[in-house]
Amino acid sequence: MSEHESFDGSLAGEVRAATGLNVSACYQCGKCTAGCPMAEEMSLKPHQMLRLAQVDSRERLFEDDSIWLCLTCETCTARCPNGVDPARIIDCLRELALRAKASPPRRIAAFHRSFLEQIRENGRVFEFGLVANYKMRTGDLFADVTAAPGMLVRGKLALLPKGIEGIGEVRRIFATCAQAARKEGR
Amino acid sequence: MKLGYFPGCSLHATAREFDRSLKAIAGPLGFELEELEDWSCCGATSAHQTNHLLAVLLAARNLALAESQGIRQVMAPCAACFSRLATARHEIAHDEALGTRVNEVLRGEFANSVEVQSILALLRPMTSKIQESAKAGLRGLKVACYYGCLLLRPPEVAQFDDVEAPSSMEQIVEAAGARPVKWGKRLDCCGAGLSISRTASVVRLGRAILEDARAAGAEALVVACPMCHTNLDLRQKAMLQRGEAQLPVLFLTQAVGLGLGLEPGELGLARHIISTKALIARVSSGGESAAQAS
Repeated sequence: MSEHESFDGSLAGEVRAATGLNVSACYQCGKCTAGCPMAEEMSLKPHQMLRLAQVDSRERLFEDDSIWLCLTCETCTARCPNGVDPARIIDCLRELALRAKASPPRRIAAFHRSFLEQIRENGRVFEFGLVANYKMRTGDLFADVTAAPGMLVRGKLALLPKGIEGIGEVRRIFATCAQAARKEGR
Repeated sequence: MKLGYFPGCSLHATAREFDRSLKAIAGPLGFELEELEDWSCCGATSAHQTNHLLAVLLAARNLALAESQGIRQVMAPCAACFSRLATARHEIAHDEALGTRVNEVLRGEFANSVEVQSILALLRPMTSKIQESAKAGLRGLKVACYYGCLLLRPPEVAQFDDVEAPSSMEQIVEAAGARPVKWGKRLDCCGAGLSISRTASVVRLGRAILEDARAAGAEALVVACPMCHTNLDLRQKAMLQRGEAQLPVLFLTQAVGLGLGLEPGELGLARHIISTKALIARVSSGGESAAQAS
């Protein structure tokens, strides 16, 4: 949209250019943090993430795991009294962190990579392949082994992927997005 | 009534019983599902948390497919799929540049005309029909209706029910003969997005939900999301303290199906990790007194 302001080099400017949202509208009431199910596990709480974005402190934001703990449950966004949309802003911060080559917590990064690889390869996610791929990436071979046999017996895990005809289009989507991310990365 | 159906990855695998029970109640309730041909994954958490454009495009591909297949309304039973499709529709409608971009990549003439519907929006208008067909129904089974995060939030996207004080799911199970309990955690997130990569967090969140439901006297938890189900059913043994009774977790469509008197097998009730046997016995014959005696 045209009102997305031009990039002025600040983090708030980048967020605005990417989302149209105004980080400066946050007046630190803390309602987002009060309702956040993950706040107690975050060293930076949601309202602090917004504050750090306001003052352009990208190192502290990107070096901390907290932005990666947000579940996007949208409670903060539904309750923010000033329409700031913290959940969307945190998504944007994660994307900017990736472009700045900051690394998410290892397991979370491995999960996202495995998940997206499933979509790019098959067009759909096959949970068995997803879990296998995730275990390869993390070396966490024993996680969830107790659950897997029960799920297989109950027919909850499909063993073989079934492809889709439009896989070419799905791969073109991935290629376009990878290209756009490279162009925007600095 | 013919309705576009977007099952999403889970309803073809871990949550096959959600798909099965949805199809089982379709006949008695008079709607017909037409599965979207060649659908692809909505992108889920991993797309929107790492690449916004990817998230929009993966969802929009499905909306464009629906449009080209003459489907005007798509129902996505999975709360995450529903949210991703509805979010893409909302964002494209409010951002012209994004709409142009989507059309360039999808190489079609996508008009963003397809409505996206949740399972709650499908079933709520059918409450009187459910009530008429339910007869003995669920015999006053006390259930905790769990909305979780994405069925109603954010309200601009979901555009359904009251975001802080909803009643649609309670109305649906009540029509099927259940008694919804009042409890506090029905809108709290179960943490499914971190289920594999940060299990300890998810166990903490899930435990609080289960304990609250049990404290309110619920005999079962009713959910409308395959991720919530996997999380709260599969991981339940790790969540409850030693000695605590287990709480069966039903999909909303299974609860309605049981209320309509359908066979448990048709509803995939044997596929859960936490057994539903006692619950089935309770609603099919025993009634309330038997449950209280046990």
